[in-house]
Amino acid sequence: MNHVANPTGIGASVKRVEDLRFVRGKGRYTDDIRLHGETHAYIIRSPHAHAKIAKIDTSRAAAAAGVVMVITAADLAKLGGLPCGWLIHSKDGSPMKEPKHPVLAEGKVRHVGDSVAVVVAETLAAARDAAELIEVDYEPLPAVIDMSKAAAGPALHEASPNNQCFDWHIGDEAAVKDAFAKAAHVTKLELINNRLAPNAIEPRAYIADFIQATGETTLYTSNQNPHVIRLLAGAFVFQMPEHKLRVIAPDVGGGFGSKIYHYAEEAIVIWAAGQIGRPVRWTSDRSEAFISDAQGRDHKTVVELALDKDGKFIGLRADTLANVGAYLSTFASVVPTILHATLLAGNYTTPAIYCNVKAIFTNTVPVDAYRGAGRPEATYLLERVIDLAAIETKRDPAELRRINFIAPSQFPYQTPVALQYDTGNYGRTLDMALAAAKYKDFPTRRAEAKARGKLRGIGIANYIEACGIAPSAVAGALGGRAGGYESGAIRVNPTGSVTVMTGSHSHGQGHETTFAQIVSDKLGIPFDQVDVVHGDTARTPFGMGTYGSRSIAVGGSALIKAMDKIIAKGKQIAAHLLEVSDQDVVFENGAFTVAGTDRKKTIGEVAFQAYVPHNFPHDKLEPGLEEQAFYDPKNFTFPAGTYICEVEIDPDTGVTKVVDFTAADDFGRIINPMIVEGQVQGGLAQGIGQALLEHCIYGADGQLLTGSFMDYAMPRADDLPMFKISTTDTPTPCTHNPLGVKGCGEAGAIGSPVALINAVVNALSEFGVKHIDMPATPQAVWRAIQTAKSKT
Amino acid sequence: MYDFDYQRPSSMPEVKKALATSTDAMPLAGGQTLIPTLKQRLRKPAVLVDLQGLRGFNEVQSVGDKIVIGAMATHATVAASPILRKRLPALAALAGGIGDPHVRNRGTIGGSIANADPAADYPAAVVALNADVVTDRRTVTGDAFFKGLFETSLEQGELITSVHVKLPEKAAYAKFPNPASRFALVGVFVAKFKDGVRVAVTGAGPTVFRVKTMEEALAKSFAAAALDGIAVPASGLNSDLHAAADYRAHLIGVMAKRAVAACS
Ligand SMILES: Cc1cc2nc3c(=O)[nH]c(=O)nc-3n(C[C@H](O)[C@H](O)[C@H](O)COP(=O)(O)OP(=O)(O)OC[C@H]3O[C@@H](n4cnc5c(N)ncnc54)[C@H](O)[C@@H]3O)c2cc1C
Repeated sequence: MNHVANPTGIGASVKRVEDLRFVRGKGRYTDDIRLHGETHAYIIRSPHAHAKIAKIDTSRAAAAAGVVMVITAADLAKLGGLPCGWLIHSKDGSPMKEPKHPVLAEGKVRHVGDSVAVVVAETLAAARDAAELIEVDYEPLPAVIDMSKAAAGPALHEASPNNQCFDWHIGDEAAVKDAFAKAAHVTKLELINNRLAPNAIEPRAYIADFIQATGETTLYTSNQNPHVIRLLAGAFVFQMPEHKLRVIAPDVGGGFGSKIYHYAEEAIVIWAAGQIGRPVRWTSDRSEAFISDAQGRDHKTVVELALDKDGKFIGLRADTLANVGAYLSTFASVVPTILHATLLAGNYTTPAIYCNVKAIFTNTVPVDAYRGAGRPEATYLLERVIDLAAIETKRDPAELRRINFIAPSQFPYQTPVALQYDTGNYGRTLDMALAAAKYKDFPTRRAEAKARGKLRGIGIANYIEACGIAPSAVAGALGGRAGGYESGAIRVNPTGSVTVMTGSHSHGQGHETTFAQIVSDKLGIPFDQVDVVHGDTARTPFGMGTYGSRSIAVGGSALIKAMDKIIAKGKQIAAHLLEVSDQDVVFENGAFTVAGTDRKKTIGEVAFQAYVPHNFPHDKLEPGLEEQAFYDPKNFTFPAGTYICEVEIDPDTGVTKVVDFTAADDFGRIINPMIVEGQVQGGLAQGIGQALLEHCIYGADGQLLTGSFMDYAMPRADDLPMFKISTTDTPTPCTHNPLGVKGCGEAGAIGSPVALINAVVNALSEFGVKHIDMPATPQAVWRAIQTAKSKT
Repeated sequence: MYDFDYQRPSSMPEVKKALATSTDAMPLAGGQTLIPTLKQRLRKPAVLVDLQGLRGFNEVQSVGDKIVIGAMATHATVAASPILRKRLPALAALAGGIGDPHVRNRGTIGGSIANADPAADYPAAVVALNADVVTDRRTVTGDAFFKGLFETSLEQGELITSVHVKLPEKAAYAKFPNPASRFALVGVFVAKFKDGVRVAVTGAGPTVFRVKTMEEALAKSFAAAALDGIAVPASGLNSDLHAAADYRAHLIGVMAKRAVAACS
């Protein structure tokens, strides 16, 4: 890499270039785009959680003023269902039940908000007016809401009479049984991981534009992975040649997973635009988002931890029910399985682990990956049961964790649940966090709070996550129906500036800055001479997009590979110009230099020759200086760390205030410390939101009771403390990618909920409270205190 | 939104005339409740009569021993009013705790009390201070104004013009916000007058109500400890996913004590 300190290179906190447009309201989001002759789609959604559709009468709507067309399932008979991207097999070897997820409900609705019909009109108001004229005869059926009672039916899908999608397992059940048989102590805990609504600030929005001249459709979509959408929509739903579909994801205001998936509304606008030959747009409003964006989490787990007499973990067993909602969303099946149970070793040497996961269909909005996706659920149950074990065996929670850590000397470490961790130093982050949180002095703070009538608690959690998703062969072997590589192309323009084309996508992460830093660092080109292009299938090579903390680890690595090719070619061009042999040329600080001399050609000079090749080694090389690379990761990356949360509870009201939060993360090499810190802050805010505030609650009839911000509590700035984040310290770089990076996008949301709940339980320890489910709302905490008091 | 006619008169007689044109005419003040309701197509007024064109209805003034607050005074105006901050800081603080800056800069006291949301903050103050609600037709006492869930003694087309507040010796408002909406899950306004104490609770029931047992105890001894052991019955209180009735009943006690302790 570069040896001269580069103020815009790797390690520099370069200000985010994209923020200039975002903070000034100059971003260009899907809904900002206006096309000539466009029409507006409005979706008629089911008011019932579960009902047969006896009849739909659209005649009055079709005749209404301003209506261009009305669509029902009958019109879409030729379309395929919305596909699921990951095939899971049950433990008996049978494939998961994969009932069709139709674009519009076919004879039956399966959740409140299920799409039933569409009005396309000249204006949104006309579409909404006409929608009220559509008469749908529903024959309501009992709703299946509670996962644990879903088997009693009625069945949502014919293909799955007991409403089970799969019954999957991992690990050595017999070994775990043996471990429990000889355990000195067993800790058992039943817990839920609460269902969340993602609530990206920009709701989903789509526009499709069909160009008759070329037969090409362009889809503008608020989405995290445009190539994946092109593949899913083109190949699966429409059986349309992919080159006839261009997908553009312009500025996107947050995704958190919810914009990975291919949604019905995308298919609707594509289909309608093709039919009417005019652009069709649809933008979700917030109320629709609550009942149509894939939601997150929703697990119910019984977990047991076996310890020997010294406190060593000898076995772990987890039995999880995972709610997948009414249909399988794009990655619904991988979240509670591969992304969850394989993380149950955590940071520890537990030798025997077994996890059984049953995925259940219910009459609720589909559930899919949400920031962390499976890993927060794993971290939560593991770090909760460890904390309870510490209480039960009267050990310090930090020390109990420490004696079970995988030691730095044990890497690479093969866990009993499939993953092989390449590197880590968990004692380091634990020490960093304990010191920053002033753990030793906590008793003084607790006493001081007590004097003020407050209950103070401290909670520790370690986390590990598998990021940099994913090695394609591994993903394929585990049921993945797509690759896990990423693409990158580097175009050195004739005058020496650089255009980066990446298959990954930025929707808040700051790639336009970070990726430019990587290029500035490696090619020695001024940062402002680098432009990052992303989010357009016509302008970028085929890529997998952004999720699973993969962009730098996989997409950044692809850029490094592409730049290696640029440098290799540039050396040959320079050697020709300098009349030396290729081996004599070294690339340093943006210039090709004859080793040991001051004779050199800058990359700009070389680029110019490459495009104006008057003096060029035509016998060996093609003109131009543009290279593309695909990088398939060798392994997952394993960011890990320790979070410590301190809370104060007002026993009179049950209000929990987060008074201190410390995060010590090992993300490997850090490209832009400021951006990384921002990612952690955002993740912490979401994790604290999950633990304290957020919860999607459905009534027994399947109505979403928390269907607006009046009832769904989002974290606000004043719910959060000032965070203490130490990420610039890099204990262990990733061993298998060229940048040594691990990924940082999800950590905050993975490690924080459990640290917070551990702190709440610690604060309530004087009442003997052993557990409290998320979210720890004031009422829940107050009630826990009352219940504990009434027992004593 | 459904279609509606929109008018923005600049005088009270014109407003009254416009409101009289249809039984489906509605005044529009800050729009912080009404506009979202229209957007969700939950109301279908024939005419919206925007009160923003009126002058002289948005001030806070001292008139004799009373403070007169114009119906169109925004929450921000009330929160920042030098008169209130000096003479009735509890009311300024209450207004400063409504919603967010956007809501406070648009929403009005007239709109808030006309709407009579069970979780709104102002009703607690209006009742605890027994403020007079002055309309274009009459004066209604605070005690008589609120009738039930989203229900007041206003008649069709009747317009609130101002709120007249008698100054208490001491007063304070303690709000326990709903974690999601931050409206009052329970809000207790305590006002001590020469001739007695008034305790009004919002958020907990279908509409604002007074707690006589607390008032009597505080009349004897105006101290938080005087409320020890006074339980508010849970029956009849609101129960929802944020707070069951028993928790609300408990919070009334806690918030009442905090309000008394905060009285200045
Ligand atoms: C995000 C958000 C948070 C909020 N948080 C809180 C909170 O914490 N606490 C709280 O108390 N409130 C809260 N509110 C409600 C807010 O205070 C509203 O401003 C208020 O309820 C209505 O006032 P308005 O001036 O906006 O009235 P509008 O919305 O314009 O009108 C409301 C109703 O009153 C009628 N009306 C208006 N003016 C008059 C009048 N002078 N005479 C007769 N009828 C009239 C209208 O016809 C309509 O029916 C919040 C609102 C929002 C959007």
